[in-house]
Amino acid sequence: MGMIAIAIARIHNLFAVVMLTGIFSLLGAAAYVIMDAVDVAFTEAAVGAGISTVLMLGTLALTTSEEKPSPKKNVVGALIVVTITGAVLIYGTLDMPHYGDPLAPVHQHVADRYIGQSGTEVGLPNVVTSVLASYRGYDTLGETYVIFIAAIGVLAILGRVRFPRRREEDIAEDDAQKTPDETARETGA
Amino acid sequence: MAFPGLLNYWLIIGLMMIGFYIVIAHGNLIKKIVGLNVFQVSVFLLYITMGKVEGGTAPILAEGITAYSNPLPHVLILTAIVVGVATTSLGLALVVRIRNAYGSIEEDELDVQDDRP
Amino acid sequence: MKQKIILRVISKFLIPYILLFALYVQWHGDFGPGGGFQAGVIFAAGFILYAIIFGVDTVRVVIPAVVTRLLLVFGVLLYSGVGVAGIILGGNYLDYNVLAHEPTHGQHYGILLVELGVGITVASAMITIFCTFAGRGPEDPEEEV
Repeated sequence: MGMIAIAIARIHNLFAVVMLTGIFSLLGAAAYVIMDAVDVAFTEAAVGAGISTVLMLGTLALTTSEEKPSPKKNVVGALIVVTITGAVLIYGTLDMPHYGDPLAPVHQHVADRYIGQSGTEVGLPNVVTSVLASYRGYDTLGETYVIFIAAIGVLAILGRVRFPRRREEDIAEDDAQKTPDETARETGA
Repeated sequence: MAFPGLLNYWLIIGLMMIGFYIVIAHGNLIKKIVGLNVFQVSVFLLYITMGKVEGGTAPILAEGITAYSNPLPHVLILTAIVVGVATTSLGLALVVRIRNAYGSIEEDELDVQDDRP
Repeated sequence: MKQKIILRVISKFLIPYILLFALYVQWHGDFGPGGGFQAGVIFAAGFILYAIIFGVDTVRVVIPAVVTRLLLVFGVLLYSGVGVAGIILGGNYLDYNVLAHEPTHGQHYGILLVELGVGITVASAMITIFCTFAGRGPEDPEEEV
């Protein structure tokens, strides 16, 4: 995954970048399976490798598929910032619980209840579904609203209306028209 | 300690920093969104590694199995992935609109156009 | 891509199975991996495949824009409605125990309906987003820099 991510950072052809993003998501899904998160892997494989790649390709068709190389000054500054941030984060992990440790704090609170009781309280074998729809119903309701609002937002931004590209003359005309409009509005008010 | 120890966090932080680098070093708006996606996937991986229990299996109840991985991070990330693609598409929609309005999706060219007198 | 005969035949062959698989994931999410989110995305993927091969306008004949928008709202309302039904039947918001005589059965109904709401919302949201992107068409050539 690291190799793919570096390739994404280096390649300037956006079409290749989008394809690599799909592969990156698929590798992520494989990693989720290794870590026992089958539901998450399923979602990532369907969403990350499928829908989001298609959406990005749609955007490329509407915009451009080549990227300008970034200026040297940006690269050096970014590398410095990234190295410092990474070092701080790694320092922060030093007292984290080890991988797979059953005594980690994250397993001590509600997880036992979910695993131990959901079979009798909810009656479904898939604990993830029980937690998703029942114990944490409000959470999922909010997430559904977010998806709903995002769809409305895309409709509002890219709806049927075609916006012609603004050229310099148009902008000048706009500015010229704006002033009488605004004065009229002010006098009207 | 056992083999992976803290290595999983370090690998994830490496990925996260590559995503961060893409976001701040590149001027192309689509590239920035891809960078945010890389960052997002690494955050998801961070949550999922925390939920893993040594010797546990996927949290689907079955007879004869006693150890399960923690289902809570799975639930959070499952919804976050779908919400992530919805918000990504919103960002892409904004990119398309910017392209229509300015004719470019490179950050520096946008800056030049915005600084007009 | 209408002229590529292999793509047309294979996609016609695959799309029913994709939709069937989506429904399986939707209703079997209680027992194995799956659920509303995944089912919605897979269902939408079937329509998106159809749109890529046969064009957005053909998809809009099968499932018009009004229908996806109504379904988008309907899914969210179904989820919220299950919560309100819990209040009417004397429980808390999103409390499924009161939906049937036994708490476990109530939980079953509640989860099934809620997952259905999520699935409908996600599927119609993805179809709407894709068709909005693809429906714009490429830019006019004279606008190219």
